[in-house]
Amino acid sequence: MKPAPFEYARPDSLAETCEILAADEDARIIAGGQTLIPMLAMRLARPTRLVDILRLKELKGVRSENGAIVIGAVTRQVEVERSEEVHRRLPLLIKALPWVGHPPTRNRGTVGGSIANADPSAEIPLVAVTLGAEIEIANPSDRTRMPADEFFIGPMLTSVMPGDCVCAVHFPVWSHARVGTGFHEVSARQSDFAFVAAAAQVALDESGRCVEAVLGLGGVGDRALRIDVSALVGREVDRAAIADVVGAGTQDLEASSDLHATAAYRRRVAAVFGARALEDAFADARSQGGMVQ
Amino acid sequence: MKVKLNVNGQQREVDVEPRKTLLDTLREDFLLVGSHAGCEHGVCGACTVLLDGEPSRSCLMFAVQADGYEITTIEGLAPAPGELSVVQDAFCETHGLQCGYCTPGMILTAHALLNHNDTPSREDIVEAISGNICRCTGYGQIVEAVEFAADRLRKTNAPRNLKGAHPNEPRVDVSAKSDAPKEGVLEAAQADTPHGGRK
Repeated sequence: MKPAPFEYARPDSLAETCEILAADEDARIIAGGQTLIPMLAMRLARPTRLVDILRLKELKGVRSENGAIVIGAVTRQVEVERSEEVHRRLPLLIKALPWVGHPPTRNRGTVGGSIANADPSAEIPLVAVTLGAEIEIANPSDRTRMPADEFFIGPMLTSVMPGDCVCAVHFPVWSHARVGTGFHEVSARQSDFAFVAAAAQVALDESGRCVEAVLGLGGVGDRALRIDVSALVGREVDRAAIADVVGAGTQDLEASSDLHATAAYRRRVAAVFGARALEDAFADARSQGGMVQ
Repeated sequence: MKVKLNVNGQQREVDVEPRKTLLDTLREDFLLVGSHAGCEHGVCGACTVLLDGEPSRSCLMFAVQADGYEITTIEGLAPAPGELSVVQDAFCETHGLQCGYCTPGMILTAHALLNHNDTPSREDIVEAISGNICRCTGYGQIVEAVEFAADRLRKTNAPRNLKGAHPNEPRVDVSAKSDAPKEGVLEAAQADTPHGGRK
């Protein structure tokens, strides 16, 4: 349980980080280290050099920008949990965060780290995919943005090229007056890896009709997936409608099997939890003002 | 690689390989063996220390990353040699430990919780210690110990540290201009303050 030797560098800027990464293809970025260090300890990863970006101020913090909440890659999960702005404008992320690891790992673990790690059962990537977030990536020559569903390509696999650095996540904020969210997860014990996680966000108009609805599922397949629930839009939604739409959206789901749960189990739970997350989201949205029915 | 660490209020310099975890540095270089090496890959919580008052796993960071933080180990909690902190004493009183392997991590985690929440619910306590594994007690007495410590801390007259574990949450209500306990017997000196020092 001791890592193999490596060099340690703590650059002062993102530009310098990119230079170091470009010069050494076996270098790895470290931020919170809550996943990377166990991999080093078990020698599943043996980088030549660790490039520590945790203290880069330019990658830290939560800000509003063009109707989105932009979370810097090295913002610690606990800082997001305590951000008043995120509570107000990105409630789905707040509902998901208590499921991310344990309090001590959230004290060190970062948002960008969870995104870059791309664990299929991880909650932050699930929220990013559900809401259609964009991942901002820097390399020595420029900065680009990539939609979350292009960014995640498989289990622990992303479209980030060697030498690139994830620098922020842009979560879109819905401007509707009545937005509701729901999040459900099942794992062996609280905060372990999700067998299935479901995240939903919906918006209602004044009369209680659905104007927007999204549903994402994590832990089921090899990455977080968005389920098409657009059939709910424009209607007054009840439980039966949710069950129909989620049932149809999840019946051909490609689910993975492992020691903890079979593919059939994951598919069944995905349908149930997807529906529950949506039911919670609609109840949450209905409770937010609007006309009395 | 040389690194300066602030451990239990003392500045210490140490020359370590980058691959040496903070845990191993605390144990081997500083002989602070109260931080226990359990799984060494971030699962068990036995190595928990406080970084700027927040519980963190010392096996999941390298010593070279730990400069600039106030590091608190279990050795840094006792108010004086031979004494116990309120939380440590509560663990003894309620039999919140058997083999003691998880105990330093449990106590530091409980300290951090009670620093920003003086009336934790059972759920708050369970959530706080959810990352610390105990194989002896079944957790019942540990939860009881934290509840007991919270009760005692509410009733002590000791001034609370201004620096809470949550950066946005001071431990002291500065507007109250008083360190009065929220319940329990008031000291005579505090009876003179408005509302007996209570809000």
